[in-house]
Amino acid sequence: MKIQVLGKGCSKCELTEKLIQQTAHQLGVPVELEKVHDMQQIVAMGVMSTPAVAIDGKVVHSGRIPQQEQITAWLTGKEK
Amino acid sequence: MLRLNKLKAFSARFYSELFRMEPTLRDPNHCCATASSDIANPTGISPIYRTVSLALLLLTVWVLIYSSLVPLAESFFKLVPLERQTMAGEAVYFFLYEVPKVLLLLTLVVFVMGVVRTFFSPERTRSILARQGGVWSNIPAAMLGIVTPFCSCSAVPLFIGFLTAGVPLGVTLSFLISAPMVNEIALALLFGLFGWKIALLYLTLGLLVAIVSGIVIGRLQLEHLVEDWVLEMPRVAAEDNAVGLTWTERFAAGYEAVSDIVGKVWPYLLLGIGVGAGIHGYVPENFMASLMGKETWWSVPLAVIIGIPMYSNAAGIIPVVEALLGKGAALGTVLAFMMSVIALSLPEMIILRKVLKPKLIAIFVTVVGSGILLVGYVFNAVL
Repeated sequence: MKIQVLGKGCSKCELTEKLIQQTAHQLGVPVELEKVHDMQQIVAMGVMSTPAVAIDGKVVHSGRIPQQEQITAWLTGKEK
Repeated sequence: MLRLNKLKAFSARFYSELFRMEPTLRDPNHCCATASSDIANPTGISPIYRTVSLALLLLTVWVLIYSSLVPLAESFFKLVPLERQTMAGEAVYFFLYEVPKVLLLLTLVVFVMGVVRTFFSPERTRSILARQGGVWSNIPAAMLGIVTPFCSCSAVPLFIGFLTAGVPLGVTLSFLISAPMVNEIALALLFGLFGWKIALLYLTLGLLVAIVSGIVIGRLQLEHLVEDWVLEMPRVAAEDNAVGLTWTERFAAGYEAVSDIVGKVWPYLLLGIGVGAGIHGYVPENFMASLMGKETWWSVPLAVIIGIPMYSNAAGIIPVVEALLGKGAALGTVLAFMMSVIALSLPEMIILRKVLKPKLIAIFVTVVGSGILLVGYVFNAVL
């Protein structure tokens, strides 16, 4: 599973990334985590407020730090 | 003050426990409000019931403290050998009364705005604005600037996101002018220190400056002054695929906004009110009349020019400005100063430089600055 965390400069973005990494580790789900810092790429993905999260290239979340349950749902593939 | 801080600390603990906020999520350095929930419900009480009763409880506590501020500040003078009628006494009273009052008002307003903002998102605002057209969309753009969650670190993606979805440049700028200028911190402080009339006036004039500046820039057809790479971005559809939140989540967002924003601005507030208290006690009456009074025609442009590069949030500047007003400064001059400090700043220009060519930044500052200047003059003339 490829997860991208979009956003630059915000400490929230780093926190988001850390949370996802932690959760993935706990659940034992192998993930490929990528940080997207490039503003042009972020905008090209249609994101307006960071931090945002994309899974396999699809933006699933933006504007705030994701909740723990959300992250778990993404990682286990039980998205609502 | 001490008591209030203790109370705040207590209530912070109280609700963070109720909503089980992760301590790691409450990073003091981040910039926007976060909705944190992860709500456990071990008691079996319906969450909405608990949310509402908690809010009511906090509101009651709020009302109780707010209504006992004057006696509290006065009782302080019974404890210490200090007369209220002296200069030091005036300064101390101002500080003791204003700090808790403004903090309380700020907390309430920030909470309400935090909840209101959960109904909006940049995506929703964009889809509303992209659907509209013509001059009239500057008005909703400026108004949506107040309620859309926004932080300066997202200004660039937001700007591009609006433009690529077909929102005109002028309309986008109306949004970007009003979002920082007409904010809940400024409104809460104006309400607390100047009363509701001035707060309403500031709201109206701030919107007006944002609307008119956006219309003017739109009419000037300056799209070519946006950086080329922005214009080359592929067009996007203005989608709004927001997920509905529960009321518990909305309230949690409100509490989070309080701990985030109030937690961040209180030092500025203390500093601003401290300086204001000093001015109240020690600066002679009518001292400011010659400098910032109605009669001095150059005071408004000077106030705006000094205010533009200055960067302070509303919490630091408004108490100082209130004190100056008491010493004979004219309201229009003071409003113009305040608006230029809050609305235009050097850090903001540096952020916008990524997407705007220098000429457009210059035009932007000139147009908004002139609008503020006009507000100042009109006020001095009318009042």
